[in-house]
Amino acid sequence: MRPERRAVITGMGVIAPGGVGTRAFWSAVTAGRTATRRITLFDPRRFRCRIAAECDFDPASLGLTPQEIRRMDRAVQMAVAATGEALADAGVGEGDLDPARTGVTIGNAVGSTMMMEEEYVVISDGGRKWLCDQEYGVRHLYGAVIPSTAGVEVARRVGAEGPTAVVSTGCTSGLDAVGHAAQLIEEGSADVVIGGATDAPISPITVACFDSLKATSTRNDDAAQACRPFDRERDGLVLGEGSAVFVMETKERAVRRGARIYCEVAGYAGRANAYHMTGLKPDGRELAEAIDRAIEQAGISAEDIDYVNAHGSGTRQNDRHETAAFKRSLKDHARRVPVSSIKSMVGHSLGAIGAIEVAASALAIEHGVVPPTANLTTPDPECDLDYVPREAREHPTDVVLSVGSGFGGFQSAVVLISPRSKR
Amino acid sequence: MTVITGLGVVAPTGVGLDEYWATTLAGKSGIDRIRRFDPSGYTTQLAGQVDDFEAADHVPSKLLAQTDRMTHFAFAGTNMALADAGVDLADFPEYERAVVTANSSGGVEYGQHELQKMWSGGPMRVSAYMSVAWFYAATTGQLSIHHGLRGPCGLIATEQAGGLDAIGHARRQLRRGARIAVTGGTDAPLSPACMVAQLATGLLSRVADPTAAYLPFDERAAGYVPGEGGAIMIMERREDAARRGAERVYGEIVGYAATFDPAPGSGRGPTLGRAIRHALDDARIAPGDIDVVFADGCGTPDLDRAEGEALTEVFGPYGVPVTVPKTGTGRMYSGGAALDVATALLAMGDSVVPPTPHVDVLALDCPLDLVRTEPRELPIRNALVCARGVGGFNAAVVLRAAA
Repeated sequence: MRPERRAVITGMGVIAPGGVGTRAFWSAVTAGRTATRRITLFDPRRFRCRIAAECDFDPASLGLTPQEIRRMDRAVQMAVAATGEALADAGVGEGDLDPARTGVTIGNAVGSTMMMEEEYVVISDGGRKWLCDQEYGVRHLYGAVIPSTAGVEVARRVGAEGPTAVVSTGCTSGLDAVGHAAQLIEEGSADVVIGGATDAPISPITVACFDSLKATSTRNDDAAQACRPFDRERDGLVLGEGSAVFVMETKERAVRRGARIYCEVAGYAGRANAYHMTGLKPDGRELAEAIDRAIEQAGISAEDIDYVNAHGSGTRQNDRHETAAFKRSLKDHARRVPVSSIKSMVGHSLGAIGAIEVAASALAIEHGVVPPTANLTTPDPECDLDYVPREAREHPTDVVLSVGSGFGGFQSAVVLISPRSKR
Repeated sequence: MTVITGLGVVAPTGVGLDEYWATTLAGKSGIDRIRRFDPSGYTTQLAGQVDDFEAADHVPSKLLAQTDRMTHFAFAGTNMALADAGVDLADFPEYERAVVTANSSGGVEYGQHELQKMWSGGPMRVSAYMSVAWFYAATTGQLSIHHGLRGPCGLIATEQAGGLDAIGHARRQLRRGARIAVTGGTDAPLSPACMVAQLATGLLSRVADPTAAYLPFDERAAGYVPGEGGAIMIMERREDAARRGAERVYGEIVGYAATFDPAPGSGRGPTLGRAIRHALDDARIAPGDIDVVFADGCGTPDLDRAEGEALTEVFGPYGVPVTVPKTGTGRMYSGGAALDVATALLAMGDSVVPPTPHVDVLALDCPLDLVRTEPRELPIRNALVCARGVGGFNAAVVLRAAA
């Protein structure tokens, strides 16, 4: 059941492919617009997969200084930019936060991969040297090797002096970070937590890794239609990038200061399949277990769920795995509730996507609209739920379940509840 | 009540509890010239390295080529900790077996090999295992799969504070319903590329003498030496340990807190002292109840002074015995603080504080009762472990001896 101290979201900032800024993001995903394109961040000619969902992200125009831009990897820059938007959205100004009671939890799967790889290329002289050259190691290189840098920069940006950490659980990092932040608030370790996630993995080494796993779509000549969750013609995921950051605080504090409450983070649970680092069992048992526990913690029943924000990565094994999990947990309700995957539009930004999906879920509650699953034209007969194909739908939404599944066998589920709800 | 019932240690000063503890009590050091690669081109050529470690003795053979050294250390640590605890995980509910580890730099050696293959030979050369060997959660994922840990899985990254934050998060999971947790941290930062990254911080010692390179709180302090390894422990509820007749309870995690330092130049002071006070409050004890402090001991004059000030502010000058056994291992990043917790639990069991190898004359601005050349016998009921991570992370854990 829900604890006395409840964690609510009162502000958000989103940097996503197709939409930089919360408003642009929401307008893109509700328009069903896909952001996948030929990779521009590096020359992808020699790669199996040459497409990705990229952000049109200009850190300088979002207020980052030249020194910040130099020392921070793109993923860290995105987190800091999203944090700025979240604070403004929450109406939190300078001096409004008690530093000691403010924490930070940032999810991140692959750290500062782009900067790390760029600097590796220099210190190894293009991969020629195993014994890399110390004299070419730039001052901020260490910060590009450790994932905790994103937490450091966000904490400094908000002046947080409470518990601060980076949660790095691969593709569930975003949901796990939001869950971790809620736990800090519930247990009283902090009154406000800046929680969210970031990743910018569109670099040669990450694209090569996914090439090697044959996990990414090779629909290189038809980028916009490449990511097709739950569609029979799907052929893999599309990498994305981006960040979503939330101002989370106790409900009591939010009410006291008259803040707009998007939703309560009412339930969260993570489980693991203990099966395979990249494989999924078709029965969806562990994801279902995470969903059941998150529902239980939220103190609701499965029938109360108005919308399911799916993992929907666009791989056959995922789509069947999670469809089975939904049926296992939600029973008959699984066939009635709308389920959709925004990865069809913004791609899979690894650790960030869970937070971006929480943003979409919170906005679905705010606007009473659920975003569609783009590119779903020929449903996989094995996937027989209502996946909201191609067009957003007006749908009063008070309770959302958002799920994620990732490398390591990790399965996570978050339940968000509208402040309007009696639940 | 959360207790530790099993420990597994992989350190430059010994693999396995017996060897590690004997070496640590004797004040012997594992810091030596780097052998894992030719360090002649680097301004720091020393590290704490884990010798006599055959990964094949600890890691299933099919996983050897799919995992980095950091994960090999964790496999070894977990095997030892489970055996030490005498626990059968099957006795615990399937979805209530948690695993929370800390990691700081990922599988850097594996990663450097694959980066080199790609940049010298093209993207098709990259191994299908690169992503799952290198990423920060690799160890948590592999431990979950190998040991059937289907409960909450976590990976905390706060650089050198990570070992304590992972333990704090594991305790959180037990309080929220998990029944047993495998927790701790390991890192293996000794690849040339990662060495260049560490050197870029300016925090590493350039002193060539292995007995004088890493001297926290000493007037000669000139930086730190990196180390590899870590510790894994088994955490469970006290009543479960009692019910299953656990062979031993090393101690209880009674306090934990984390804070973050304000940005340099903000005019606000560091917050380690507050982390310590919060951890003491969490443990419901006063500073005078702490019998020994395992300090972070970064080894640079500025960071030593800051830690000395925090300890003095809480405990008074020379107010409590302090030790930094990691001067014998080097700073092991996420493995370092986890190892300190293991060491503190061993110290409690034997009523003896291990020494701080090599440190001699303390800096004038570090008024600490530092246990130096010889171990010091004293009864330990409560121990404090402190850790700090680059960028401003602080964490503190209070341990209590088993009743």
